Amino acid sequence: MKVLVYPPNSLILTDLVERGGHEAVVLMREIGEHVRDAEIDAPPLNVTEEDLKRALRYVSVEEPAGLKGRIGLLVPLLEKAEAAVILSDAPPTYGCMGCAVADEFFKFLIRKKGIPTLEVKYEGGEKLEVAVEEIMAFLARLSQEGKATKSEKKG
Amino acid sequence: MTRVAQISCGTEYSGIQWLFNDIAENVGIDLVYPEMELSQVDAACKELGFTAESPSLNMMMARAVSMLEDPTIKGALLLTCFKCAEGTIVKDLVRRYLHERTDIPIISYSNVEKPKEIEIYARLEALATLITRKSLLMRETQEGITMGIDSGSSTTKAVVMKDDEIVGVGWQPTTDPRKSVDEVMETALKGAGLKMSDIEAIGVTGHGRELVGEHVKADLNLEEVSVIAKGAALLTKLHKGDATVIDIGGMNNKLILSRDGIANIFNLGGICGGSSGRFLEVASHRLDVDISELGQLALKSKEKHDLQSYCMVFGIQSLVVTLASGVKREDVAAAACRSVANQVYENQIQEMEVRPPIIFVGGVSLVEGVKKEFEKMLGVDIIVPPNSQYAGAVGIATLVSGV
Repeated sequence: MKVLVYPPNSLILTDLVERGGHEAVVLMREIGEHVRDAEIDAPPLNVTEEDLKRALRYVSVEEPAGLKGRIGLLVPLLEKAEAAVILSDAPPTYGCMGCAVADEFFKFLIRKKGIPTLEVKYEGGEKLEVAVEEIMAFLARLSQEGKATKSEKKG
Repeated sequence: MTRVAQISCGTEYSGIQWLFNDIAENVGIDLVYPEMELSQVDAACKELGFTAESPSLNMMMARAVSMLEDPTIKGALLLTCFKCAEGTIVKDLVRRYLHERTDIPIISYSNVEKPKEIEIYARLEALATLITRKSLLMRETQEGITMGIDSGSSTTKAVVMKDDEIVGVGWQPTTDPRKSVDEVMETALKGAGLKMSDIEAIGVTGHGRELVGEHVKADLNLEEVSVIAKGAALLTKLHKGDATVIDIGGMNNKLILSRDGIANIFNLGGICGGSSGRFLEVASHRLDVDISELGQLALKSKEKHDLQSYCMVFGIQSLVVTLASGVKREDVAAAACRSVANQVYENQIQEMEVRPPIIFVGGVSLVEGVKKEFEKMLGVDIIVPPNSQYAGAVGIATLVSGV
């Protein structure tokens, strides 16, 4: 399944999703495509007017430009996602949205989409191991549900 | 290239960073992000006394702290997004923090997705001048015979100076900038009793300086911020210490904090013509009074009325409605002056810590009603020096004598 990780640039969550046998939907891929696209010339992130306009499907025109740019880049991820893992209150080294309002709003958009979503709170120390176990169990459930859906379709 | 620190919070997501980079390169600035470790973020927040919800704003504070340790950085550009409340708090904190610890020029801007290129250009160009022409800007006297031209968006001004004295002036509304400058130069020379061949050097500043500079073969062409700050210091003879310069011209306005006659923090207007001389021109027309008499009329006001809008168009509409409701002309004139002063205060002055003395220059400084409104608002006396409308021309005439 395509599993959106949040924070959307979290390498740790990306790794866990891939170990769980799923495809991680991450911001790095989206930004990578933008940066490598020779047709776009708006360094450093190649955020274009189109990205900002795309965000307007979800945010008001009155929101700050940086928030629109962030949401605009994340919208394709949201539209691709079939499931999501959200790690809240993690230190910036675990991946970070940078902007607190964009952070809150994008989490809201994930919840609103109604896809299977696991929300885990970062508490550090030994509790992190528990969080990792929870995430792996969630990913295993997703695999089983995926298999079940496939066999239902075959049947 | 001059190294300028960009201290921002991920404003690259606004999609206009390429514009900053292009303009910076054009004016000889190398925009750099001050290096810092993630582990320094908490300490920086403690030092500034504020922790934001947004991690990038905390990082912005850490970059500001780190910048102070890099002697190669000669200026700072503070960026957050327009309408971001938390960003504005941090940007203001960082500006104050840096201002208390360093003398390098600092400018700030609020990112929008479709900025006016000229707004960014004017800021970065002024920043570059303040860094690279510092020794020239330290000049405090004019020598020999020089001419200064201020090709403004609304009016063109020229002064002829001889041994630190103004000996001739010329002023007229800008039409074709080249034609206007020819005419003001002729008037200024006539007033001085001199010929063009007597002029040893010509300096140009103002909106039309590129075109006019080429036309008159200027020896020096400088942007307005540094020149106006210098002109204000020269006209008031206040060359030492801090000062605040308010410049309101026909179409735009500037607020400049200067130290020893050199600008170091500034804020440029331009959101709406309602805070410019143009608004007062239209208001005078509606009140059937010459612009030169508007200020005096306003001083006769005994009853306070406020216009319902600061916008140029709706402000005039409000003025017409106020007149039609039977309010006296002098009260409406005072309301128009208050409207301009209020807008400059709300959009520019209140963001900065005003440092006395306050020097008011530019065409609008001649409208006494506006000066009065500023004095009421700020609770301090404001200096309008003689020839205040020629501050730009005097500044550049003096600076070109040092080239």
